[in-house]
Amino acid sequence: MQLIIILAIVVVVIAWIVGLYNGLVKLRNYVKNGWSQIDVQLKRRYDLIPNLVETAKGYVKHERETLEAIVQARSKAMETSEVADKAKAEGILSGALSKLFVVVENYPDLKANQNFLALQEELVSTENKISFARQNYNDQVVKFNNKVQMFPSNIIANMFSFKQEQFFELENEEEKKAVKVTF
Amino acid sequence: MWQIIEENKRKSWFLFFSLGAIMLTMGYVFGFYYGDYEGGTFGLIMAMGLWLILSTVAYFQGDNIMLAVAGAKEVTSENYPQLYNIVEEMKIAGNLPALPKIYIIEDQNLNAFATGIRPEKSAVAITRGLLEKLNRDEIQGVMAHEVGHIINRDVLFMTLAGIMIGCIAMMSDMFWRNHLWGGGRKKSSSNNDSKGEGALVVVAVVLAILAPIFARILYFAASKKREYLADAEAVRLTRNPLGLALALEKISLAPVNKKNINQVVAPLYIVNPLANLEADSLFTTHPPVKNRIKILKTLSSDVDYHAYQNAYNQQLGNKDVLIKTKD
Repeated sequence: MQLIIILAIVVVVIAWIVGLYNGLVKLRNYVKNGWSQIDVQLKRRYDLIPNLVETAKGYVKHERETLEAIVQARSKAMETSEVADKAKAEGILSGALSKLFVVVENYPDLKANQNFLALQEELVSTENKISFARQNYNDQVVKFNNKVQMFPSNIIANMFSFKQEQFFELENEEEKKAVKVTF
Repeated sequence: MWQIIEENKRKSWFLFFSLGAIMLTMGYVFGFYYGDYEGGTFGLIMAMGLWLILSTVAYFQGDNIMLAVAGAKEVTSENYPQLYNIVEEMKIAGNLPALPKIYIIEDQNLNAFATGIRPEKSAVAITRGLLEKLNRDEIQGVMAHEVGHIINRDVLFMTLAGIMIGCIAMMSDMFWRNHLWGGGRKKSSSNNDSKGEGALVVVAVVLAILAPIFARILYFAASKKREYLADAEAVRLTRNPLGLALALEKISLAPVNKKNINQVVAPLYIVNPLANLEADSLFTTHPPVKNRIKILKTLSSDVDYHAYQNAYNQQLGNKDVLIKTKD
């Protein structure tokens, strides 16, 4: 009788641990999935920028600095891989791009260029997608981190070395606003 | 978000049961009127059968029928990159399992609608006129409202409930036609009580008059709340209430050419093109645009459901709960 009770307790405890472990894995996968959604858009943005700079070059002779800032911010962002640093670099890139889109207002020829307009639409949309995907990613990170920190799931998290994930936060309010480019 | 869906589901069930009860009662009473108990059972089965057949068709083919009736054409990322991008953005923001198909309706009237029973297989449509009149932010607001309908499962609800309303109206119609053309009640064999006879006539006539009206009031009340909810959802998705507000303003100020509008699709549009925009009666599917714009304009960007709920209560001066928040 005693043996059965002990056995039952062991089974329940194991089932409980398995449940907690699987819950953590599931949440971590959601975080990964959220990140890959951001990553797709970031890569798309890297691909679009050279074309944009190439197209704009001929028109905006006096804005060499603006264009150079974009190119630099792009390569910097491509180099970094850690989430928090990357967020910072991407924020700077967004800022540099929005500066160009403001400057463009002074160049009617460029504004009328169909190729440029198409690229601008793609970039604006990619920016929006990044910021929407960011929201979703950060929501998932909150859920996952809560589980990693809170009792009793933190014990399992420690045992199987689940680490807290980083938020994808743009640096400051100024850059946050810059993400929304209207024209 | 899940709370809204849960809340919607609960209310939907209540409405379904109410409408279903009205429909089945009508079937039974009308059947009874012509053929006593056997007729009653027959009427009941007929009513149920009619609803089941129409619902099955709507469930599997409803979206295709709707889009065909509206004369909608599917677009791709190549021919309408901006529209396509905007819907893609809303898919990401709303975490939809699949990108809704995107359609354009060749119509100069300003409108848009969403269809599709499940979020996995949904579609959004916008008229040529609206697409040309709005800027990017405004189109985004409109598309977010439509995606909001998809997320809140409004299409399923409106379609199935709408069919029940249709069945009720159809039965009432059949009853009147028979009654007026002298079909009349056949002499009952088991029951010769003339008092009961009179009561039955009264019940049947009252049902035939009141049931369609009552059903419509139920349906419209639910529909109106869903419009506000879809607006709230759009605000959450875009974090830009002004986009939708300005779009609604443009839509409400534009002249409506009623000739091209299909009755069936009308209640599904972002603003009901057949209704008087100012009216706030029991018989409209949409709340007055004026109120919707007023609420949206008080909101700043970066807002959530909670802010929308507050603005809703403040602007309309009521205490209705649109969205149950956790805190």
